[in-house]
Amino acid sequence: MSTPAILAENINTYYGRSHILRGVSFTVAPGETVSLLGRNGMGKTTLLRTLAGLLRPASGRVQLNGADVTAARASARSRAGLAIVPEGRGIFPNLTVAENLTFASRANAKGERPWPLERIYALFPRLAERRHHWGNELSGGEQQMLSIGRALMTSPSIVLLDEATEGLAPKLRDEIWATVKQITDSGIAAIIVDKNLNDLLALADRNTIMAKGEIVFDGTSDALRADEALIHRHLGV
Amino acid sequence: MDLVLIQLLNGIQYGLLIFLAASGLTLVFGIMGVINLSHGSFYMLGAYCALTLTQFTGDIFFSLALGVPLAFLFGVIIEWLFIRHLYDRDHLQQVLLTFALILIFNEVQKILWGSYPHSVPVPGYLQGGVKISELLSYPYYRIAVAAFCVALALAMMFVIQKTRVGRIIRAGESNREMVEALGIDSRLLFRFVFAAGVALAATAGIVASPLESVYPGIGEPVLIISFVVVVIGGIGSIKGAFLGALLIGIADALGKVYFPAFSSSVVYALMAAVLIARPGGLFGRAA
Repeated sequence: MSTPAILAENINTYYGRSHILRGVSFTVAPGETVSLLGRNGMGKTTLLRTLAGLLRPASGRVQLNGADVTAARASARSRAGLAIVPEGRGIFPNLTVAENLTFASRANAKGERPWPLERIYALFPRLAERRHHWGNELSGGEQQMLSIGRALMTSPSIVLLDEATEGLAPKLRDEIWATVKQITDSGIAAIIVDKNLNDLLALADRNTIMAKGEIVFDGTSDALRADEALIHRHLGV
Repeated sequence: MDLVLIQLLNGIQYGLLIFLAASGLTLVFGIMGVINLSHGSFYMLGAYCALTLTQFTGDIFFSLALGVPLAFLFGVIIEWLFIRHLYDRDHLQQVLLTFALILIFNEVQKILWGSYPHSVPVPGYLQGGVKISELLSYPYYRIAVAAFCVALALAMMFVIQKTRVGRIIRAGESNREMVEALGIDSRLLFRFVFAAGVALAATAGIVASPLESVYPGIGEPVLIISFVVVVIGGIGSIKGAFLGALLIGIADALGKVYFPAFSSSVVYALMAAVLIARPGGLFGRAA
C-alpha cells in the first residue's frame, strides 16, 4: 500500500472549551478525491483547518506524504505540498491578480513546477484578462478561480477546497467543477467541502460524512446513494 | 512672506522626518496588529546612538551607516524577547508590555547618558545654508535631511510595490493567516517587520539629532505625532503615512504662523477632520 497523501489519527480540536473534532481519523491516498459532507457546524471546516495547520489539535497526529507534520506550522505544511482554498477564498485585496498568483509560486519536492503561470492562465482565461486588476475588483467566481490558481502555483500534492462553489451561479459552478476534475485528473489529491451533493458524488472517489465532530460514514458514491436514510439523517436531503 | 516660506520648508522637512518614524509604526500595527507604545523609545535610541557614535566617527552619516544595522539587530532581539509573546493577546496586554518597555528604556538611557541635554554636531561640509533673502537662509543640513527622507521614502515605496518582500508585507497587512497558509513563515515576517520598524524610527532619531538637542524623553512627542500620522494615513499604509506626515508637518508649521495661540491643537483638528471625512484614514480600509 502506498504512503497516504494525508493521514490524520485520533484528532481532537477545541475552540476555547468547545470540543469540535472528537477523535477523527482520516486518510486520503495519493491522487484520491474525497468529499467531506455534513450539515453546518459539524466540524468540516475545523477538520480542514486542522489538517492545514491553521488550528492546533489538542491531541492526535497528522502525516503528510509520510512525514509527521503534527507540530509543523501551516507554512511548513504548505511547503511540504499541502494547499488550502479556504472558505471566503482568502484573496489579498491589495495585490493584483498576477501578484496574488505569483505570491507563493514554488517548485515541488522534485524541483518541478507543474502549474506555471501560463498554465493557470490557460486554465482560467478570465484571470489572464484581469491580471492587472486588484483582488477586490473580482467577482465571486473570479475570486474562487484565483484562489484555486494560487493554490496550484505552490505545486501541491494535495488540495483542500472549503465550500468550493459557495455563492456561485450554476454556470460558474459547472466551470469550477470541470476545473477541479482537471486538477484531480492530473494526480493531485483533494478533499472537497461543498453543499452540492450530486456534484460531489459525481466527482469524488470516496465520501466522508461528519456529524458532531465525528466521522459517521466513509464510502463510495454508489454506497452513499444507496443509503437514502443516511443521506436524509445527516445531509437533510 | 519669508517667514511663511521658511516655516513651510521646516514643515515639509519635519513631516518627512516624522514619516520615517510613523512608517515603522504603521507597518508594525498594520501587519502584526501590535500597538507598540515603545516605538518612540527607538527614536530616542537612534538619537543617543548618534550622540555616542558621532563622538567616535566624527560624522553623523557614518553614525547612520553604523547605527541603522545596530538598531535592526536590536529590533530582532526585542521582538524575540518580548513582542512575539503579544501576537495572540489583546491590545490591553500589548499596551501594558510596550509601556513597560518605555519605562525600562528611559531608565537605561538615564544610566548610560544621564539626564542632561546633549548636542550632536552638524558635519562641517553641511554648515551654512542657502540664502533665501537678505536676512534669511535655509540650512544645508535640513535640505540634506529632507532629500535623504525623500530618497528613503521612494526606496520604501519601490520595495513595497515592486518586490517579493513588498508583496508579502502587503499581503500580511490584509490577511496574515493566508500568508502563513501559502508557505510564508509569519514568525520571520513579523520579526523582519518589527526590526525594520525599529530601524526606521532609529534612522529618524539619528538624522534628527543635529537639528535639536538630544534629551531624555525625546521620543515621546514623536510617538504621539506618529500615531496621529498613522490614523490620518490609514493603518498599514506607507503611502498614507507619507501623505499624512507631510500634512501634519505643514499644518503644524503654518499653524505656528497663523494660529499661534492654537498651534498645538492644529494637528489634532486635522486628524479629526480626516476621521470625519474618511474614518479609515486617507489610504486605509473603511472603518
